[in-house]
Amino acid sequence: MIDLKVQLPGLNLKNPIMPASGCFGFGREYSQFYDLSKLGAIIMKAATGRERFGNPTPRVAETSSGMLNAIGLQNPGVEKIIENEVPFLANYDTSIIANVAGSTIEEYELVAGTFNATKDVHALELNISCPNVKEGGIQFGTNPSMAAKVTEKVKKASNLPVYVKLSPNVSDIVGMAKAVESAGADGLSMINTLTGMQIHLPTKQPLIANKTGGLSGPAIKPIAVRMIYEVKQHVSIPIIGMGGITSAEDVLEFLLAGASAVAVGTANFTNPLICSEIIDALPATLEKYGFTSVEDAIGKVVI
Amino acid sequence: MIKKESMQVISSKEIAKDTVEMKLENSYISETAVPGQFLHILLEGHSLRRPISIADVDKEKKLVTILFKKLGSGTEQLAEVNSGALLDVLGPGGNGFTVDTKGKSTVLLIGGGIGVPPMYYLGKTYANQGINVISVLGFQSKEHVFYEEEFQELGETFIVTNDGSYGDKGFVTNALHKVGKFDNYYSCGPLPMLKAITNKLQEKTGFISLEERMGCGVGACFACVLPTKTEKGYKKICSDGPVFDAREVVL
Ligand SMILES: Cc1cc2nc3c(=O)[nH]c(=O)nc-3n(C[C@H](O)[C@H](O)[C@H](O)COP(=O)(O)OP(=O)(O)OC[C@H]3O[C@@H](n4cnc5c(N)ncnc54)[C@H](O)[C@@H]3O)c2cc1C
Ligand SMILES: Cc1cc2nc3c(=O)[nH]c(=O)nc-3n(C[C@H](O)[C@H](O)[C@H](O)COP(=O)(O)O)c2cc1C
Repeated sequence: MIDLKVQLPGLNLKNPIMPASGCFGFGREYSQFYDLSKLGAIIMKAATGRERFGNPTPRVAETSSGMLNAIGLQNPGVEKIIENEVPFLANYDTSIIANVAGSTIEEYELVAGTFNATKDVHALELNISCPNVKEGGIQFGTNPSMAAKVTEKVKKASNLPVYVKLSPNVSDIVGMAKAVESAGADGLSMINTLTGMQIHLPTKQPLIANKTGGLSGPAIKPIAVRMIYEVKQHVSIPIIGMGGITSAEDVLEFLLAGASAVAVGTANFTNPLICSEIIDALPATLEKYGFTSVEDAIGKVVI
Repeated sequence: MIKKESMQVISSKEIAKDTVEMKLENSYISETAVPGQFLHILLEGHSLRRPISIADVDKEKKLVTILFKKLGSGTEQLAEVNSGALLDVLGPGGNGFTVDTKGKSTVLLIGGGIGVPPMYYLGKTYANQGINVISVLGFQSKEHVFYEEEFQELGETFIVTNDGSYGDKGFVTNALHKVGKFDNYYSCGPLPMLKAITNKLQEKTGFISLEERMGCGVGACFACVLPTKTEKGYKKICSDGPVFDAREVVL
């Protein structure tokens, strides 16, 4: 028997697979395709203090091996999420992670504090790295002292374990990781999307209305693996890895680089059953490469 | 309910310039699809699926017809798929047109270009229930015209081409004065066309089908949202739509 279980701060995962934030809504749509109890955890779509409408459309564009998106954190606001979405997800036997976003430190504190009051949310993913909101967002994710400050404040505002989601749009990812670790982060989540742009030749205009968007999908996988590997050498808190995962082999690659669990984003759009299929395939993949458990493979890249 | 299904290509042929008619076999989708719903089709090597309307359904033969225009890498690749091949499809997607014959005697269908396909299954469904169907169909030019005879079988049909090479010259709105009395109207086509129609037919009850670039196609990613006059302020085209009451949306 291959053991898929993983223990992380606040999260007792039956397997290391979870859908990534923003790529699975609040689970309802995908519950038509399979039983969400199968998932290790579910990371909800970003929550902000108040309702956000998001960016103008078109908001997505296909790229080679991936896509660009500039959704702009559209969400009904933390209170409505707690009222309408969390109870739905709580029906499933899986862990719930809330993605916390904001444009000011106060907003992050408010959102984190509000989730704290619900018993059904098991951890927070602190989104300091969304490239698609003009105010705040990305500055927190590219400046180590700002990142540390918001982490500290959110830790104070909430009793839940905090996984800080790092932006790859930085030159020193290790510096960012160390800054948030020192500020009290319980774990890291990486990577968010890379800022990109695509121009439509017939109209000579950017393909998405926001001009630039976040690149995700297989195109960014090697960057994610490299960043997780580098960060793992320098921090001791666990990493939830993501970026272009589409198969159980990809999951193993992330585990070897140093991730303790993984999130699958864009691949849900291509195949709504992808998380379920990866969970089914993972034991045989681990076995094929000589591992008896997920824990056994974490950080086992041979250098 | 939308499902991930495998559909076998039974036939594929070019019926007008760059326009392909494809028949696909699948029992679940043919049994459950209603007019206005779409298939979300995966093409190898593409990360995003392509939404294509259901243009007709033959429940007995378990066939779904799609009509699409080759406009880019995805639709060009779809046109190359041979009979016998299997397509990976999510469907039937979205909320289609409500077919309600109560108090109606005549419906007007207005289709433009790649917006013509969903009008066909809707018109056929109404015609089968004894409702008069009038169609106004707009195309770029004569060589792009398709399904004229099929629509004529449903009822009176007016063709308009942008360049005047066939039928009336101009836009579908130019032909509306020829249409007699009708109860509701239904429309699908490019946004400027829908704007013009909803303006011109403000006094009428109408339902329009909208297009937008989609991510997931199932309502999870919030890529294809549209501002609405409803309390929530927006709707998702892929899962709340693609069909909307013309009066509730902000075009
Ligand atoms: C609900 C719905 C029903 C549709 N029904 C039909 C139909 O019956 N027949 C038909 O010919 N076309 C239909 N379309 C339009 C069709 O989806 C696009 O022409 C197609 O996606 C273009 O893909 P491509 O790879 O060939 O073009 P590209 O331009 O290479 O596509 C690039 C990306 O943009 C998206 N995209 C491009 N144009 C559109 C568009 N007009 N609407 C939405 N996404 C777009 C593509 O899906 C892809 O993700 C429909 C669109 C929607 C939203
Ligand atoms: C459409 C879309 C929406 C996203 N929304 C969010 C979000 O709300 N919060 C967040 O932290 N990350 C968001 N992300 C980033 C993903 O969670 C993930 O970090 C990234 O896409 C890389 O993984 P992938 O290549 O598997 O998609 C979004 C990504 C996409 C494609």
